[in-house]
Amino acid sequence: MYRYDQYDQDMVDARVAEFRDQTQRRIEGKLTEDQFKPLRLQNGLYLQLHAYMLRVAVPYGTLSSAQMHMLADIADKYDRGYGHFTTRQNIQYNWIKLEDAPQILADLATVEMHAIQTSGNCIRNISSDQFAGAAADEIVDPRPYAELLRQWSSFHPEFLALPRKFKICVIASETDRAAMKLHDIGIRIVRNDQGELGAAFYVGGGMGRTPMIAPLLREFVPLDQLITYSEACLRVYNRYGRRDNKYKARIKILVHELGKDEYARQVEEEFAHLQTLGIEPPIAELERIKTYFTDPAFQAGASDDLDLSDPDFALWVERNCLAHKQSGYIVANISLKPVGGIPGDASAAQIHLMADLAKEYSFDELRVTHAQNIVLPHVRKADLYTLWQKLDEAGLGAANLDTIEDIIACPGLDYCSLANARSIPVAQKIATRFAETGKSGTLGELKLKISGCINACGHHHAGHIGILGVDRKGVENYQLLLGGCEGDDTSLGQITGPGFDEDGIVGAVETATDVYLANRKDGERFLDTYRRIGMAPFKEALYG
Amino acid sequence: MVDVLRLRDDDPVSDPAVTVDSFIEQSNAAAVRVEPGDDARQLLPHLEQLRLVEVNFPAFTDGRGYSAARILREGGYTGELRAVGDVLLDQLSHLRRCGFDAFAPEKPIDQADAEAAFGRWPHVYQAAADDRAPIWKLRHG
Ligand code: SF4
Repeated sequence: MYRYDQYDQDMVDARVAEFRDQTQRRIEGKLTEDQFKPLRLQNGLYLQLHAYMLRVAVPYGTLSSAQMHMLADIADKYDRGYGHFTTRQNIQYNWIKLEDAPQILADLATVEMHAIQTSGNCIRNISSDQFAGAAADEIVDPRPYAELLRQWSSFHPEFLALPRKFKICVIASETDRAAMKLHDIGIRIVRNDQGELGAAFYVGGGMGRTPMIAPLLREFVPLDQLITYSEACLRVYNRYGRRDNKYKARIKILVHELGKDEYARQVEEEFAHLQTLGIEPPIAELERIKTYFTDPAFQAGASDDLDLSDPDFALWVERNCLAHKQSGYIVANISLKPVGGIPGDASAAQIHLMADLAKEYSFDELRVTHAQNIVLPHVRKADLYTLWQKLDEAGLGAANLDTIEDIIACPGLDYCSLANARSIPVAQKIATRFAETGKSGTLGELKLKISGCINACGHHHAGHIGILGVDRKGVENYQLLLGGCEGDDTSLGQITGPGFDEDGIVGAVETATDVYLANRKDGERFLDTYRRIGMAPFKEALYG
Repeated sequence: MVDVLRLRDDDPVSDPAVTVDSFIEQSNAAAVRVEPGDDARQLLPHLEQLRLVEVNFPAFTDGRGYSAARILREGGYTGELRAVGDVLLDQLSHLRRCGFDAFAPEKPIDQADAEAAFGRWPHVYQAAADDRAPIWKLRHG
């Protein structure tokens, strides 16, 4: 994985010193809260209902065991012993004191980590495919491109006061595991007819109150123009994105209002101009970064045999593990969705353990997924049973990846000041209900996502089943959506009809799954059946 | 009268700055003021005659002025480029990277604080409108 050189380290250290100074000036009253707010946000510090939340960047979701240990230490030392992994592959701490924040950033810098631009109206942490470097279907590892973009976007002087936040995702396979088209910019590394690598740019996607799937803006941007083209996209947005209404300020609205073709024309014009300025790093820089992402030293001829005689282990392998590009190896997913738990939460002890296991069994590497789980990307099959036993002992052995128990839920009213309703208790109730009835397995792949308000941090539009918390005359109420999908055939969920109360929504989810079970044909997932039979039978069962 | 923090050696221009619209209509002014909604590219045909461009920041959270400044510098403007309005200490170094070489903050900024702010970043990651070599250039020459 990528390692800082002295330049990278100097930049992160300078940032720590800057934020220490800013926090000091805030505490002394030399900065007003209005002046301080954008500064702390761009260091990941967000004021929630009860305390400050600190969001730490995990660039493209990749962590070493030393970094993972540090995340656990921070949970112990400055929080209440927990970390919360997020849908943007980052980690958040929910109980942070302002005066501790500069020291936390200093601690992070010792393991080449930071919280730079994890919040605020700027280019956020770059996300990527959680199986990068291990997936059998990728053209190349997308992470070097993400790292190039990370450096370009860090402290970019022109783009630190954008109309709104800006999220970029880079993938390099046909299968989209990172919801690429639901980002402000989604990049897919592709090969053209001449066999050259380049980047397809999808611009103007996003969730929130006006969810949109990003249209393809340009099929092929040569790799030696990647930064320049990104800069052109951003400049047009910075100049013309709406600033009169916070809810219309994302780039998706600009692209929608101008029309994709007009926006593309303006970007091309800016691109042609910027190409004359020499702002593109040389290909040698990309090559330098790539050397950090070469394959680990896989054991040649490692055995593909797996003893599946233990049925619990066999179930976990079936649900949580994926084929690796290297024979004898496998991708192991650690579910952070134990039934009845808080989705994405892990205790300091669990984080330490995952770090140790990564060191011992996965070439010192872990990934955070946008589904709020952890991946050990390179596990030798011969080690898998031992690994699973250790996970299971620590309460990390839930065999429920991509099932209805693997719920994405935002913090909701338990933490978030913008929330209309709680998300976490609803997730807990649904997971418990389906685990008890034993139906999770029968249902197969079913992605359920919950947001506590229309801002959609829980990606409810992209769930096969989505739940949206709304406020109905001061009472928490939940709308049900069906048919969303974040993958290659990206689609947005449709609302079924009137909402439900907290117990009602659990029953409604169960009713929807019953309609699926009664109608499914061989091999169909919930989503496939929904797409085939449409909304009507579900409506009938829910409200008829 | 606000204090102007200048990083230039030439004499300050005392002409009052006119709006972009009136400058385009009767263009003999040497000083113009760009508001966030103005298109800085309209000034590009007239750069020769301009000696002062003020870019107004009614709120420091509105970053359009950063793009305006870079566009003017990229277009070859060498005169004074002055950030005016809600210009704060913590934005100074970024403003400078975008090409500003004068600052007229509503609330005065201490000279020593400003110098510390300009010296904050040991390196920069991107090429911009200043003459600093980006880190990739330092790495690869
Ligand atoms: S979706 Fe709403 S409630 Fe949930 S975290 Fe986002 S802003 Fe808060």
